[in-house]
Amino acid sequence: MNNLMMLTVIVVLYLFVIAWLGWYGYKKTKNTLDYLVAGRDTHPFIMSLSYGATFISTSAIVGFGGAAALFGMGLLWLTFLNIFVGIIIAFIVFGKRTRKMGHNLDAHTFPELLGLRFQSRFIQWFAGLIIFLFMPLYSAAVLIGAARFIETTFAPQVNFNVALLIYTLIICAYVLAGGLKGVMYTDALQGAIMFVGMIILLAFTYIKLGGITAAHQALANISNLVPAKLVEQGHQGWTHMPALGSPLWWSLISTIVMGVGIGVLTQPQLAVRFMTVKSSKEINRAVSIGGIFILCMTGVAFIVGALSNVYFVNTLGKISLAVAKGNVDAVIPAYINAALPTWFVYLFMLTLLSAAMSTSSSQFHAMGTAIGRDFFEKGIWEGKNTKYTVLLTRLGIVFGVIVTVILGFKLPDNIIALATAIFFGLCASTFLPTYIGALFIKEMTKAGVIASMMTGFFGTAFWLLFIHQKESAALGLCKFIFDQPTLASYPWTVVDPIVVILPISLIIAVIVSLFTSKLTKEHVNACFKHF
Amino acid sequence: MIMTVLGIDDAGVWLAYLLCILSTVYSIWYGIANWNKGDEEVLPEDKKWVEDEKKAEEGL
Repeated sequence: MNNLMMLTVIVVLYLFVIAWLGWYGYKKTKNTLDYLVAGRDTHPFIMSLSYGATFISTSAIVGFGGAAALFGMGLLWLTFLNIFVGIIIAFIVFGKRTRKMGHNLDAHTFPELLGLRFQSRFIQWFAGLIIFLFMPLYSAAVLIGAARFIETTFAPQVNFNVALLIYTLIICAYVLAGGLKGVMYTDALQGAIMFVGMIILLAFTYIKLGGITAAHQALANISNLVPAKLVEQGHQGWTHMPALGSPLWWSLISTIVMGVGIGVLTQPQLAVRFMTVKSSKEINRAVSIGGIFILCMTGVAFIVGALSNVYFVNTLGKISLAVAKGNVDAVIPAYINAALPTWFVYLFMLTLLSAAMSTSSSQFHAMGTAIGRDFFEKGIWEGKNTKYTVLLTRLGIVFGVIVTVILGFKLPDNIIALATAIFFGLCASTFLPTYIGALFIKEMTKAGVIASMMTGFFGTAFWLLFIHQKESAALGLCKFIFDQPTLASYPWTVVDPIVVILPISLIIAVIVSLFTSKLTKEHVNACFKHF
Repeated sequence: MIMTVLGIDDAGVWLAYLLCILSTVYSIWYGIANWNKGDEEVLPEDKKWVEDEKKAEEGL
């Protein structure tokens, strides 16, 4: 058991520092917007740490780190996509254009960018509604990740439910204290703490297990301990990919690697970040730090998650999954508390708080604006009534927090990576063809992107409710209507919707655009001004 | 013949490990090579965007 009093003092001190930095940044009015309007560069560390801290959360570190304890080091394919798609493609290919088009159209949210680009209020409110209704899945995953660590660290005095409430109180205090504003000093501090915490975690783990090669070999040597049930599903050891085409292979590649790896491009809270920088130069500079940051976040989490098996086999004679009583979400917290020195547990608590707070606040902000600005102001009131936007945005944030907490209590074990992947996959299938069309294809039509969004959203919903067995069996609608858990047979029952629905929604966008009326040349030119 | 890299003998896994490092190296190279490229003047639409963004944020 850790020193509860000491941990509490450290966490409270940390919160004071964050609050002071927020206040100091506010007083000095040195946020990214002031830099932009003054024509000054934001420090590249700030841009990339701020983006990285929003991108990486307890979901990535605790949830997907735990998934690596199950799947093994094959999860590093996701880290590769996190860097290649989430940083290189997102910054260089999408980011620069998003910034310019956002400013050309005076768009302030992701749905607004899409709606204004295609001159469709429907697109804006529909996208806003999807974000508002489904982002709680992701925010709950972040919440559960933080709560699992608090629970494990403070056990037995604190159980999961209490831990969930503690973190909720912290995040509410943070949001009320202005945490939504993303003052750069706070973002930078949180990013820096995450960076240091994860580097130390990796170094400790490799040193403890005898070095890089020795640790990997030790992991390879215990492949005979993979539970029979997992072997049946295609598990071939933690330093091997699952058998090609097996259920585990499809889960790893289609749901986790592709769903999250590609879905990051359409995360509304990340896309808007590009609009807050002054020029493409800042985005160029941020790419370098962003790449290192992500490698040190998910790369470390996935390597350590897989290697935790070696540590637990050496010390307890059990694999990580057994130590965590079958709940992968509890593996990383259990490993940190068992293997690392107490002072590191304190540091890691701050690492996870930083990771969770920066992501949670941007999620609640995105949910609030999605309902206040995108759904009501621009959708229902057609932009004519702005009187209630602030109130509805605030209510949206409160509602988002409440739904997130309820989901936090209700969702089952082993859920963090899955819930995150579902939300990311849904966003990719629904928004990616539209986002690509908005930024790159002048001929894309309003009807084309609406058809694509409908296909992406309803196609994904259908696939989750009636085809992909993990969800269709849990949700029960298919059983209720057709008296069977899924309408398809293997392998479709384990293929993630993103593999099928995203290509279809892309094709639909192109085909419908070929046969429907184009947007006026003047409007398209205004969108692409200064490109 | 099985090729082992860093103690990992499955190419599907060590390739991912190496690609993580290579993509990070590329991102570092890209950032440094383009460190001073892409400077753009602040346009009226940029200023308007900032003013509107601040208004929305202050309201919250």
